[in-house]
Amino acid sequence: MSITYLEAIREAQAHALRDDPRVFIYGQDVGAFGGAFKATKNLAKEFPGRVIDAPISEDAMIGLAVGAAIEGMRPIIEMQFADFSTVGFNQIVNQAATLFWRTNVPCPITVRLPFGGTSGSGPFHSQSLETIYAHYPGLVVMTPATVEDAYSMLLEAVAIDDPVIFCEHKFLYYHLKAEKLPSEALPVGKARIAREGRDMTIVAYSAMVHEALEAAAELVPEGWEIEVVDLRSVKPLDTDTVMASVARTGRLLCVGEAWPWGGVTAEVIARVTSEGFGLLDVPPQRLNAKDTPVPYHPNLWTAHRPTARAVAAAARKLLRL
Amino acid sequence: MLQTVLDADPVGDATSFRDTHLTAYRFMLLARMLDDKCAGLYRAGKIHGGVFIGRGQEALSVSIGLSLKKGDVFAPLIRDTAGRLAFGEPVVDALRTYLGSVLGPMRGRDGNVHRGRPKEGYLPMVSHLGAMVSVVNGTLFARRMKGVTGMVGATCIGDGATSTGAVHEAINQAAVEKLPLVLIVADNQYAYSTPTSRQFACRDLADRAAGYGVESHSVDGTDLSACLKVVGDAVARARAGRGPQMVVATLLRLCGHGEHDDASYIDPKLKASPVGRDCLKVAEEHLLRQKWADATALAALRGEIVREIEEAVAQVQREPTPDPFTEDWRAISTGHLNEGQEK
Repeated sequence: MSITYLEAIREAQAHALRDDPRVFIYGQDVGAFGGAFKATKNLAKEFPGRVIDAPISEDAMIGLAVGAAIEGMRPIIEMQFADFSTVGFNQIVNQAATLFWRTNVPCPITVRLPFGGTSGSGPFHSQSLETIYAHYPGLVVMTPATVEDAYSMLLEAVAIDDPVIFCEHKFLYYHLKAEKLPSEALPVGKARIAREGRDMTIVAYSAMVHEALEAAAELVPEGWEIEVVDLRSVKPLDTDTVMASVARTGRLLCVGEAWPWGGVTAEVIARVTSEGFGLLDVPPQRLNAKDTPVPYHPNLWTAHRPTARAVAAAARKLLRL
Repeated sequence: MLQTVLDADPVGDATSFRDTHLTAYRFMLLARMLDDKCAGLYRAGKIHGGVFIGRGQEALSVSIGLSLKKGDVFAPLIRDTAGRLAFGEPVVDALRTYLGSVLGPMRGRDGNVHRGRPKEGYLPMVSHLGAMVSVVNGTLFARRMKGVTGMVGATCIGDGATSTGAVHEAINQAAVEKLPLVLIVADNQYAYSTPTSRQFACRDLADRAAGYGVESHSVDGTDLSACLKVVGDAVARARAGRGPQMVVATLLRLCGHGEHDDASYIDPKLKASPVGRDCLKVAEEHLLRQKWADATALAALRGEIVREIEEAVAQVQREPTPDPFTEDWRAISTGHLNEGQEK
């Protein structure tokens, strides 16, 4: 028996609904239909009245979640695509993210963002928005790369008292499989060494972890041992694990699927260079998507996002420095 | 904090009718004088940031405050000093927020009209107009899930906020969910400096309600009696399960957007028209005409309110303001998930 990344997300929600009467799910088509990606398949039947279809109103969906959280509930909001969360952006960053700071009343909402590129999805169904949410104080931004993390981190997202932007990668939904769901997990806020190596550190998160791992495997015959750090959550960002890795390897490449201006990769490099400049043998590098909207056609799309081949090429360049 | 919320029936018998008017008038006068005090402190340089007052909107605002009960939800907007007080906010909450006392509900982290006590059903507004409506929906939605019945949630917006997408989404959401929401629209003729002719093109904002499948009510916002009746009825209908209610009150803002604004753009013809009447004066004349109060009693009331406000100001001015060195600088309630914190 195996379970996919998407099934893990469904199972985590079922688990949360079963364990905690305060949990409910609200989003477009999440009810009887089971969601655009079937992440809530059968949940409406299993938990009557707690998996509720919303009108196409991203702003009001988040607003409702904040109000329900004030009343002690633990809403999970499914954005049909991360891209549409920009319509609810105001409520996320100005209402949910500020509530605790302003009033001392926490805001335990989980906003699920099916994000990232898949072939043929184009500019408005492919975006990676972790950077803009991580920029705002008051939000936790999770970016699970594995089936196990998709499950355990979603459970933790629902359990913690703060608003969580849960970035689940659509590219991993069906491809990624595990044998079983985990019974224990690293806490949120801790990065993971996805592969050990001595020659270079690649820091990645979400789908890019797999591109980085593939690139690392590609470089083995060339004699390179690459360490891959999976950030797991981009906010908080586990600088300690990154620095410890860079201390071992002396070389750093950061890979992110988001756009290049600012962002998670820039943040990692800023921290390593300012706090651990002496650990670096060569200037750190980063690899992001191109600075254009996400293209529709696969020929363009595969060149737009960092792939294993592009990561390997960037790594070779860095290793030659 | 809700000790002052009255379980009053504004359309009840003659005695309660008179008492409700007297209570409402007291809150209106208290709000006007508190607003004026804050404006004075602002001009004296004692307040950081802006001051936003509700001059001319007290009759409408007090009506919603008085129509709500303990256990209801209220998300006021910037011109609702009267409604806040009537809902039960103590005078010191306003002053502590304006003057930045750490003993206030916002502890110097937010100021002026951005104050509330969410756990008591009193929601603190954000500045983004229309954003509170769906939050009120959420509180009502949650309470229904928890099996709580008989409550209502009310929130106030102006004519300007009716142009936002947030308000459209939230009214529709409340209608789809048949939530006991009361949306008070104070059509005060200007959104900051923009007249309603540049804000909307429909004949009457109340007409919009039909498009949402929502009941609507129109009222002269300068007339306390009418406001008490219409707002009270709307709240009762929401409480009785008739779904969301929209009340559109016509009035004129008798001040600037904030105290920094001289409001020179307001059309003098509007000021001279019935819509420009001062609701506080209208209410006072009504009390005198009905012989529910005489000039001596009103003078005594003013004296009492002056003392109450001055004492509160003196008290709050002695209270500590926030200290950046002891501030914890944490925006996340889960300690270890804050960046730069000890694990």
